Amino acid sequence: MARKLPKVDVVIIGVGWAGGIIASELTKKGLKVVGLERGKERKTEDYFMVHDELRYALRYEMMQDLSKETITFRSNEKFRALPMRQYGSFLIGDGLGGSGVHWNGQTFRFLPYDFQIRSQTIEKYGKNKIPAEMTIQDWGITYDELEPYYDTFEKMAGISGEENPLAGKRSSKYPTPPLKKTKAMELFTDSAKRMKLHPYVQPAANLSESYSNPDGISRAGCQYCGFCERFGCEYGAKADPVVTVIPVAQKTGNFEIRTHSNVRRILKTGKKATGVLYTDVTTGEEIEQPADIVVLTGFVFNNVRLLLLSNIGTPYNPNTGTGSVGKNYAYQVRKGNAVGFFDKKEFNNFAGAGALGMILDDYNGDNFDHSKLNFIHGGMIILGQTGQRPIQNNAVPKGTPTWGADFKKASLKYANSTLTVGGEGSSMAFRHHFLDLDPTYKDAYGDPLIRITFDFEDQDREMSKYLASKCADILKEMGADHVDYMQDLGPYDVSTYQSTHNTGGVIMGSDPSTSAVNSYLQMWDVDNLFVVGASAFPQNAGYNPTGTVGALSYRAAEGILKYHDKGGQVV
Amino acid sequence: MAEENKGNPESLSRRKFIRNTGFTVGGLAVGGVLGSLLPRTREKDKNETPVKAENFNQALMYFTPEQFRITEAATERIFPKDELGPGAKAVGVAFYIDHQLAGDWGFNAREYMQAPFFKGEKVQGYQGRLKRRDIFDIGLREIQNHSMAVYKKDFTKLTDEEQDAILKDFEGDKVNLTTISPSGFFQMLRSATLEGTYSDPLYGGNKNMDGWKMRKYPGSQMAYTDIIDKDFKKINPQSLKSHMNH
Repeated sequence: MARKLPKVDVVIIGVGWAGGIIASELTKKGLKVVGLERGKERKTEDYFMVHDELRYALRYEMMQDLSKETITFRSNEKFRALPMRQYGSFLIGDGLGGSGVHWNGQTFRFLPYDFQIRSQTIEKYGKNKIPAEMTIQDWGITYDELEPYYDTFEKMAGISGEENPLAGKRSSKYPTPPLKKTKAMELFTDSAKRMKLHPYVQPAANLSESYSNPDGISRAGCQYCGFCERFGCEYGAKADPVVTVIPVAQKTGNFEIRTHSNVRRILKTGKKATGVLYTDVTTGEEIEQPADIVVLTGFVFNNVRLLLLSNIGTPYNPNTGTGSVGKNYAYQVRKGNAVGFFDKKEFNNFAGAGALGMILDDYNGDNFDHSKLNFIHGGMIILGQTGQRPIQNNAVPKGTPTWGADFKKASLKYANSTLTVGGEGSSMAFRHHFLDLDPTYKDAYGDPLIRITFDFEDQDREMSKYLASKCADILKEMGADHVDYMQDLGPYDVSTYQSTHNTGGVIMGSDPSTSAVNSYLQMWDVDNLFVVGASAFPQNAGYNPTGTVGALSYRAAEGILKYHDKGGQVV
Repeated sequence: MAEENKGNPESLSRRKFIRNTGFTVGGLAVGGVLGSLLPRTREKDKNETPVKAENFNQALMYFTPEQFRITEAATERIFPKDELGPGAKAVGVAFYIDHQLAGDWGFNAREYMQAPFFKGEKVQGYQGRLKRRDIFDIGLREIQNHSMAVYKKDFTKLTDEEQDAILKDFEGDKVNLTTISPSGFFQMLRSATLEGTYSDPLYGGNKNMDGWKMRKYPGSQMAYTDIIDKDFKKINPQSLKSHMNH
């Protein structure tokens, strides 16, 4: 029998960006909030030895321990799903701050087109432009409606950037100026401008200068040390929940964080969530935490899994297309890249910041004409300078052996003379891409793992090929002596790293029959349960997701406060 | 580390970094790492004569002497000594791999190793039940067996070309093994060679930071604010050890 604790106003499951933002907004208004985090505590002091590529980037210091829980994967329903035994395609965060600690800080707003992709695509190109199996949906919210929340997130995090000429309207400028431009970025900018494209400096959560945010949190500027992605920031210069929203919530005295607390079920009576059941992973004790409002703010997989394990919502059925929990799992089509080798130039590639780079959106969203193309959407094109660490960056021109004397010569020659221009392809939803519970494999507590059914489609193959060739054109214009670029996307492979931009499964919308949550991320089926994160994306855009997760979190916080006041559906 | 930083004006120690940059907001030092360093004022390394210490790390935690020799020879072929600098053997790659196999990585400690095991599709990744240390045991033995079968000689006694031929057979799955994937083992050996060459010297490889020096990689530096927007600049490398000297 679980030990039952006194009831609180709100219990939050998972304290990353979404959980941290919601905790800060609710506790400011006086609500008593408990945050349950299954990982350990994290703080800036932990990163004394962070410049360690092996420990953090290759041994996954900050990631979830897969021996306790992983996902299973199959390409389609004909195959047996098998567990992802080792990390590959994506890296699941763990611990206080979640994936918000080890991110790069690339902070975008999605395009207005993204939010109304179905209706706008049909309007412009006709119904037949969308293949029958492609289940893309409008979000139930427009860019203009979400804009104020983007603005709040950017001011909280202190995003550094410059105006993107091809994006939606902004109500105010970025709170801090763009990061410095490296020689490689200048080369990209000049070349892209000659090609009549529209480059801009990437919006970054790595502060370009000291900044104090509206919550009174002060942070110092980025030192370009080159250790962001997969690492924590030793300066607190990279915005993460631990150095921004969590201390704000804690200062109110209304926020209690319990680490090492793994939520196993959301408890429900009738149409109301009554609290959660969790395991204290240090003692194994089962504990019940009753609450008036439950907020599920885990990573995509956990959000879907906990709903399914708790019998909340209707599981998605890919054969009938009915049900919503697990529906429209999408990803990021990240392989449409080109690599340029420069025989006579060296760049400071060892230096950088997670979100340092140049972007252009000429081939993103519907910024270009798709009438004669076999795909919709596209993706941003990026030249990033994240810091090329030596174990993971040993590119050699195609045809060079991958080991031995010739490999050594070429990899050393090009160690500082290789630039990558990449396409961050969007990922459309398809009827047979979904999440459900695995029938065979279990976690350390005996609960079923989440199962991914996903593969790349013609849409992805065509789009990534198109993006890769555009990337190659830019590198040629930049003067690369040799350019290799992706020719064939191939099948989706869970064993090679692509991105941790997994989305969907608890999607938002304006219609309860086709979505799981409303535009405040409130469950249609359970009024006092909010499910927040990239799990709400009906499909994924051609950008990194965190900016939109942040904006949706602020909107969800507003929704929770509305519900707290009035009850019922807040839309 | 005194030696290491000599004649290296760009390489900032943490203390100097804090002093020089005034890394503060509103008079307060920001960032826990820096904050924890501030109270210590001792400049330790100035008058100390560097003593050439024995490297106690170069002993075996897992390998048998034979396994160690095969690993040393094989990794040297993957990353050989040449006019650009030392190869895998000299930078200590075999020690690095030995030490890694003795720990979490060798035991697949943080990976999902629960049954049932099925042969999967390639896109589903590794599905074996063997741990990396088992795979190395088998793989190294099979390198030796294959060498005996083809050349009637110990792998370590083969010429460079013969060793390459043996490794190529593993890389191309031309060796008939039932227990492990020859190419899977070869790729593991290749990745481990790069790790041992380029990881921080604290792990037993990258001796003298020679791996980094060969590719002009500066290792762990506090800041690149002064050079980030400039032309390429060679900076003498620093290891994590340099952060312990304050």
